[in-house]
Amino acid sequence: MAEHVIAEVESELAFHPMDQFIVKPLFGEGPVHWYTVTNVTFWMALTILCIYGLMVLGMRSRAMVPGRTQSISELAYGFIHKMVEDVAGKDGLHYFPYIMTLFLFIVFANFLGLLPMAFTTTSHIAVTAVLAMAVFLTVTLVGFYKHGLGFLGVFWISSAPLVLRPVLALIEVISYFVRPLSHSIRLAGNMMAGHAVIKVFAAFAAILAISPFSILAITAIYALEVLVAFIQAYVFAILTCVYLKDALHPHH
Amino acid sequence: MNGEITIAGPELIKMGAYIGAGLACTGMGGAAVGVGHVVGNFLSGALRNPSAAGGQTATMFIGIAFAEALGIFSFLVALLLMFAV
Repeated sequence: MAEHVIAEVESELAFHPMDQFIVKPLFGEGPVHWYTVTNVTFWMALTILCIYGLMVLGMRSRAMVPGRTQSISELAYGFIHKMVEDVAGKDGLHYFPYIMTLFLFIVFANFLGLLPMAFTTTSHIAVTAVLAMAVFLTVTLVGFYKHGLGFLGVFWISSAPLVLRPVLALIEVISYFVRPLSHSIRLAGNMMAGHAVIKVFAAFAAILAISPFSILAITAIYALEVLVAFIQAYVFAILTCVYLKDALHPHH
Repeated sequence: MNGEITIAGPELIKMGAYIGAGLACTGMGGAAVGVGHVVGNFLSGALRNPSAAGGQTATMFIGIAFAEALGIFSFLVALLLMFAV
C-alpha cells in the first residue's frame, strides 16, 4: 500500500528535474563505455570549437583597430592576465596559459549549457573533479619543485604563537586536502542546482493555476544563472591563482 | 488490512533519507547568511572608501566562494541521501 502512495507522488511532476543530467550515447542505445560518443563528448567538443572560434579565428586578422570578435578575445585575455598578476603575483604569470585555458573551458561549458536542450558538462562532478585534481596536483608539484621540503612551511604558520602552531598545522593540512573536493563540488553543485531549479519550475508550468508565476520564475532564475555561469568560472580561476600563490610563496 | 499503512525495512530507510535530505537544506540558510555577511561588509567598506573598492572585488569573490562552498556541501548531502542511500 505504501508503494502505491510513493508511486503516485513521483508521477506528480511531468518529468524529473534530474533527468537532464543523464549521460546518454549519442548514436544508438546500449551501455556507455569509455570510447562511446555521448552527449557529454558532443558538448565538450562544441566548447572546444567555440574557444577555437573566439581565440584563434577571432584573432586571425590581428588588426590594430580590433573588430568585434577580436575585442572580445582581447578583453578576455586582458581580464585573466590582470587577475593572475594581481592575485598570484608577477612570477605567477608563468602559469597564465594554464589558468586561461581553465577559465575559457569552464566559462564556455557553462554558457553552452544554458542553451535550451543543451547538456551542461560542468554539472558533472566527474568533469569538475578532473579539473580540480589537475589543479591540486599541479600546485603541489610546483610547490615541491620550487621549494623542496620547504614547501611544507605552508602548514607551519610562523606568525602564530608556538603553542598554537601544531593545532593550526593540523587544520591547515586538513584544509589543504579538502581543496580539490570543495574546488570541484562548488562548480558542479552550482551548475547542477541552478539547472535543476529551472527544471523544477518548468515542471510546475504544466499546472494552469501557477503557470504564469512559474514562467516568470524561470526567466528570473535563468538571468541569475547567466550571472552564476560567469562568476563560477571566474571563482574557479581565481581560486587556482590563490592556490598557486600559496605554492610559490609558502611562508606566511 | 483496513486502511492501515505499515512501513518497514527499505521503505523506512527511504523515508528517513528523504527527511534527512529535507533537513540538509537548512544548511543553505547558513551559506546565505555567510554570503550576505561578506557582501554587506564589503559594501559598507566600499562606500566609506570607494577608491579602494575596485582592487578588492577579487578578494570579495574569494570570500563568497569559501562561504558558499559549505552551503553547496549541504546540497551534496541532500543529493547523496536522495540518490545514493
